[in-house]
Amino acid sequence: MAETPVLRLVDITKRFPGVLANDRVNFDLLPGEIHALLGENGAGKSTLVKIAYGFYQADSGEIHVHGKKVEIRSPRDARRLGIGLVFQGFTLIPAMTVAENVALFLAELPWLVRPKDLRKTIWEASQRYGLELDPATPVWQLSVGEQQKVELLKLLLAKARILIFDEPTKVLVPHEVENLFRVFASLREDGYSLVFITHKLREALTCADRITVMRQGRVVGTVRPEEASEESLLQMMFGERLVEVAKAGTGRVPGEPILELRNVCTKPIGTAPGLEDVNLTVRAGEIVGVAGVSGNGQRELGDAILGLLRITRGRKIFLGEDATHWPPRRLIQRGVAFVPEDPLAMAVVPWFTVLENLALLDPRRFSRLGGLALDWSGVRQLLRAGFAKLGLNPLPERARAGTLSGGNLQRLTLVRELNRPYHLVVGLYPTRGLDVRSANAVRQALLSAREEGKGVLLISEDLNELFSLSDRIVVMLKGRIVGEFRPEEADLTEVGRVMTGAGVVHA
Amino acid sequence: MLSSWRARLGWSAVRLLLTVVVVLGVFGLFLWGLGRDPIKAYQDTFRLNILNPRGLAGVLARMAPLLLTALGVAIPFRAGLINVGAEGQFMMGALLGTWAALNLEGLPMGLHLALVLLAGMVGGALWAAVPGVLRARGWVNETITTLLLNYLAPLVVGYFVFGPWRAPELAFYPQTPEYPASARLPLLFGTRLHLGFFLGLFFLLAYAYLINRSRWGLELRTVGGNAEAARRLGLPVERWILAAMMLGGALAGLAGVAEVAAIHTRLKLDISPGYGFMGFLVNWLAFANPLGILIMAFLIAFIASSGFTLQITQRLPYAAVNVLMALILFTVLAKPLAQRGKR
Repeated sequence: MAETPVLRLVDITKRFPGVLANDRVNFDLLPGEIHALLGENGAGKSTLVKIAYGFYQADSGEIHVHGKKVEIRSPRDARRLGIGLVFQGFTLIPAMTVAENVALFLAELPWLVRPKDLRKTIWEASQRYGLELDPATPVWQLSVGEQQKVELLKLLLAKARILIFDEPTKVLVPHEVENLFRVFASLREDGYSLVFITHKLREALTCADRITVMRQGRVVGTVRPEEASEESLLQMMFGERLVEVAKAGTGRVPGEPILELRNVCTKPIGTAPGLEDVNLTVRAGEIVGVAGVSGNGQRELGDAILGLLRITRGRKIFLGEDATHWPPRRLIQRGVAFVPEDPLAMAVVPWFTVLENLALLDPRRFSRLGGLALDWSGVRQLLRAGFAKLGLNPLPERARAGTLSGGNLQRLTLVRELNRPYHLVVGLYPTRGLDVRSANAVRQALLSAREEGKGVLLISEDLNELFSLSDRIVVMLKGRIVGEFRPEEADLTEVGRVMTGAGVVHA
Repeated sequence: MLSSWRARLGWSAVRLLLTVVVVLGVFGLFLWGLGRDPIKAYQDTFRLNILNPRGLAGVLARMAPLLLTALGVAIPFRAGLINVGAEGQFMMGALLGTWAALNLEGLPMGLHLALVLLAGMVGGALWAAVPGVLRARGWVNETITTLLLNYLAPLVVGYFVFGPWRAPELAFYPQTPEYPASARLPLLFGTRLHLGFFLGLFFLLAYAYLINRSRWGLELRTVGGNAEAARRLGLPVERWILAAMMLGGALAGLAGVAEVAAIHTRLKLDISPGYGFMGFLVNWLAFANPLGILIMAFLIAFIASSGFTLQITQRLPYAAVNVLMALILFTVLAKPLAQRGKR
């Protein structure tokens, strides 16, 4: 270790409400190096680089730049130290030209900007690194890949020497990715140091000099690509493979199909993918898990089933009937329940009481005198019985939903959703952000739904959860189902590889 | 639970009192700056509008349209919609009501009046349906459309009172013929107080009950409280948005036709001194709370009546009262900031 790292993060700890995002993280970046930061969503990669960029302040820990300890309180400080960050979402102003966007960012912008000089500078820089940008083009006319180049150009002209890329390939198509890696290489030639965040193994192995893997807010280790393999990296990303397959799941025969999707397609919205030719069957008495890195069509799958997203092609069969274009209300009445990831945003009204929110189970069911009144004692009964059925203490009926903890909100949602006459329950990241006890209550509820012969579709990012609950696991990538596994036959590494696009398995 | 309720009520009372003190103080300075005697002015307004029975009846008469227009704002508000268009809905209610008044003559007394009022509600509801549909489809924000339609409504009314419906006997003045007796809302006790006031009270009570107790109220509030959850629960969100706008429009329209049928007895352009906007103010002050609407409607009606008193006793232009109302609005709008400071 003769060289002094250009950037060194020492024992960085950062806590957000309810989450330890970074736990004593150490990281160093050598001069002229491409250093990949690899990990699942929520592993703490973005938080770490945002601390280095002054976007967040660490709760404890030190930052050293060129061997000297520094305080970085704002992105301004970071830029002065030569650190630049290309955000996941861009920070360009669409109505302005490339040149104007770059000019806005420069520290020593003179009072009067001479457009000719500026354009010349931009032209030269963009030629040098093969960025090929016309300074006079308005940004809104650029593709996403080109916008990323503008972001990079901004940093280069602002004389940043440490360049951080927060998931730059997420928005790019394959040939653009290759292009970006070529740019990376030529930047390295010129002595720039690069940090490159990704959750794709292949990319890290292709372009990095070193790879640091993070999991649940901690650094698992740093390796060189020539020493690493996909298996060893997956092992590091997803942790120990101590998975207990639910014994109840094995050896049972699932019943009749409850939900069938046949070649279902939806339109992509914004950067989110649409579904493409999705075929999926959920049978009575089985839990089908949906794995995937988030943003690969899982939410769209859930919304298409719930009737919230229009199916443009293909068919959806529910209990033997064509339900392709049924509205949500009809699906709910026929027996679809839904447990969301964020009940406060998706399932309850914050300033309603517990009782009022429970009545939303089906306002018509509690309606009296043709709607003039509501049967509150019926709702109260549901409150007691519903919570007792799940083995929980009932919540105070007059408490406002907005004041409840995430776990209690999810219990409220469970009691409401699983007390309708239903045949299928769709869980969309139902344990995300919950404490262990609450998460287990949700899992228990899903298991007992299966025991009662309901169909369960569980969309989750937590592979351990999927392996322990599911009878089958399908993997989604870019709006398609790219693999199907039986948890007792597959292992996490295999699934993880398919999730990250490292290999497509045809079921 | 109960004690926190009481504490909240206590705080509301304190805040209301402070608002009144601040507003009266600043407006007093304004009067004083104009060379008037603020104490005398306040005494006069109080004596003539509260202590004097005829004056009080006038204040209550003014409450009638305010209660209804405030409800016309409150119902969409509960569904998460900002209806700034009560003024236009008021005019259109008066317009369609006038059509019924002038064209359905000869029907029995009560039936004719009922149809006139109903026509007024339909007029307001249809006018509000335009922004309702545009919003339900997700095309245009209802705040913009309701506001803009306010400028359109008087032009439509103007077309009829200048043109086809113009009264022949007073051809120099743009107004329709008088309503026949069977289409008039009765005035009470020989004052300006009319049946519209009790209509307003009736709908306020109905609102208070239905919004909190009925299934419709629950669904409507769910749409306003969390549209995403409502959609996922399978509630007909688009239909509720349209229904809330139309219900609101219907009540604002009723305010319009009642005002004409009781006070003006014929349609003309100057039937509203801005009742739609005052109704919006009332709802803002009351935050769609029924009791609050009752109190604030009274307060605003009192202030509007005071405007006329000040015109006579202090020779102030009526516009001075708009200064007072603006003051109240500012004081109230400052509220959330103060709360933010506390937390």
